[in-house]
Amino acid sequence: MDYELSHLATLEAESIHIFREVAAEFERPVLLYSGGKDSVVMLHLALKAFAPCSLPFPVMHVDTGHNFPEVIEYRDAAVVRAGARLVVASVEESIRKGRVVEETGPRASRNRLQTTTLLDAIEEHRFDAAFGGGRRDEEKARAKERVFSFRDEFGQWDPKNQRPELWSLYNGRHKQGEHIRAFPLSNWTELDIWQYIAAENIELPTIYYAHRREVFKRDGMWLAVGPYVTVMEGEVPVEMTVRYRTVGDASCTGAVESTATTVEEVIEEVAATRITERGATRADDRATEAAMEDRKKEGYF
Amino acid sequence: MAELLRFATAGSVDDGKSTLIGRLLYDSKAIFEDQLEAVEATSASRGDEYTNLALLTDGLRAEREQGITIDVAYRYFATPKRKFIIADTPGHIQYTRNMVTGCSTADLALVLVDARHGLVEQSRRHAFLASLLRVPHLVLCVNKMDLVDYDQKIFDDICDEFRSFASKLDVNDLTFVPISALNGDNVVHRSENMPWYEGTSLLHHLENVFIASDRNLIDARFPVQYVLRPMQNAHHDYRGYAGTVVGGVLKPGDDVVVLPSGFTSTIASIDTADGPVDEAFPPMSVSVRLSSEIDISRGDMICRPANQPNVGQDIDAMVCWMSEASSLTPGAKIGIKHTTRSARALVKNLHYRLDVNTLHRENEINALALNEIGRVTLRTTVPLFFDDYRRNRETGSFILIDEATNATVGAGMILGPTQA
Repeated sequence: MDYELSHLATLEAESIHIFREVAAEFERPVLLYSGGKDSVVMLHLALKAFAPCSLPFPVMHVDTGHNFPEVIEYRDAAVVRAGARLVVASVEESIRKGRVVEETGPRASRNRLQTTTLLDAIEEHRFDAAFGGGRRDEEKARAKERVFSFRDEFGQWDPKNQRPELWSLYNGRHKQGEHIRAFPLSNWTELDIWQYIAAENIELPTIYYAHRREVFKRDGMWLAVGPYVTVMEGEVPVEMTVRYRTVGDASCTGAVESTATTVEEVIEEVAATRITERGATRADDRATEAAMEDRKKEGYF
Repeated sequence: MAELLRFATAGSVDDGKSTLIGRLLYDSKAIFEDQLEAVEATSASRGDEYTNLALLTDGLRAEREQGITIDVAYRYFATPKRKFIIADTPGHIQYTRNMVTGCSTADLALVLVDARHGLVEQSRRHAFLASLLRVPHLVLCVNKMDLVDYDQKIFDDICDEFRSFASKLDVNDLTFVPISALNGDNVVHRSENMPWYEGTSLLHHLENVFIASDRNLIDARFPVQYVLRPMQNAHHDYRGYAGTVVGGVLKPGDDVVVLPSGFTSTIASIDTADGPVDEAFPPMSVSVRLSSEIDISRGDMICRPANQPNVGQDIDAMVCWMSEASSLTPGAKIGIKHTTRSARALVKNLHYRLDVNTLHRENEINALALNEIGRVTLRTTVPLFFDDYRRNRETGSFILIDEATNATVGAGMILGPTQA
């Protein structure tokens, strides 16, 4: 016995530690869940952290209303399988109530509007900790984010004034109205996520694997033709074999050309790719060089 | 499956640290084309002469505007042999705090010096902090060898000077590598420009340095983190104590004692979601069931009757102060988090401040300010179950929390129980 753990086992142990730490120290945590692969892995890890008990917190989907139907179907089935309680916070409802105003034009997206819906839901349900699936390898603003990331009473993140985080001692103290975002996947990379999905045999929404879809090119990305995207003049829809590397709002998430139909084939593709998943497929991160930092300061995921 | 190595890097921009990290990431294909293009575009628009790889990690607006690194950045890369997590810490003088943070979880610390300048104050400070945080392996990279004609004598002199300094520190494993991060000499492959160098390339060292024995596998320590009690008929009598093993090896059948109650029992089983296991060792997260019903809650510690940690409220420790807004003063009351226990602590005594450049002890001081390190005596409201930091980094460390602002204001490394 050499008492060595593989890197996936080490990452899993660290994530489970974080889940338990939050459950122990907070009154009302919630797990943010979109049906995207990172949140799927999060739910899997959370169930493992508390087995054989059921999940000691609900899961919440911030629903833009611009969904891939396959993902919603997957979400509902997964939540039932997990025996979890699902809270849906709806951007559409935020628009109806006048909390936010819908963007207009062919490039309109509800991405940014989600922040208000998320913060309203955290306030309404008095959640004091929200688990997010953010990873530090995703984006440079996230590379400096803490595992326990403090948010003030406005939900704001102050990157210049973060709590030092040492050893595995996480400081979750906060006042009423403030909350903590907890990131159990902080140290995972995209490849780790896929290797873990393969090792644990985790089912994903089908759109992560290659399928035929009608798409058109915008800003170098393949967007799906659908009810939430207006095809502009000069944009020519074509049918292609694609898959998704990330799953967000259907209006701003791009597909990549791919023939990978199994998790092993996806791993091969991820290992060989030379473009980050957000760079390849997320219009929301392309707005400016600090687009993620700006949204995170406002309270984004 | 490859294992994981966490390492901290220290050095200033001038030492070529960003270039070195950039090269490790680029050569292991962890930098992507879109990231490189974005950095190239920014460099060009700022009029930089060459692509500034620091922009890969300095992602915050304030950092880009001021051209400085303000915080620890975590970077990831992998080779077929290992997966690496880099805690990239800024080398600037006021950021001792970041180096301490980065080193707290590191298996290895990588200190860079510029071959043209040799050891400077900052190199000594970085080496000292790595030893204070008990980072098990230290690598001194003498960079920019290309600018000194790959001269062996220059390298040897720097190594000798560093060795003599390191003899005053607690450094177990010290390695020297002459490199040129810019040209790639001895970074991934052995360089043909330095035939006199008999060691391995830096990456080869990072891939092969033996870290498995760095953990304490002798003293069984299991801080109870969370109690699993399913309210379901299927698991009616289940009561599992969930936590992370931070020392030693636990096995079913082991006799154990629970602190602070002192009750003894036997491990009935060690469970995970994938089923029971025969052994649990650091850093596994498991759930322990005992053969008898004892009242146990979060913050308690399970260990072996013949090998127990110190139990006490009076603790001596080295503390690094991390707050700009306040200072540590004798008589202050402050929050403390140690393993899974939270309590309050009274600062009974502040013995001395350590000058991180000279290692000189300054006595008769009345406060520790930001980035200062000193020896303190604390009295806690409840007993803690602790080991010396040099014996166990998990049971020997704590953080201090300001009770008014909830900010983390200090990091502590336990020296031992206060001697009466």
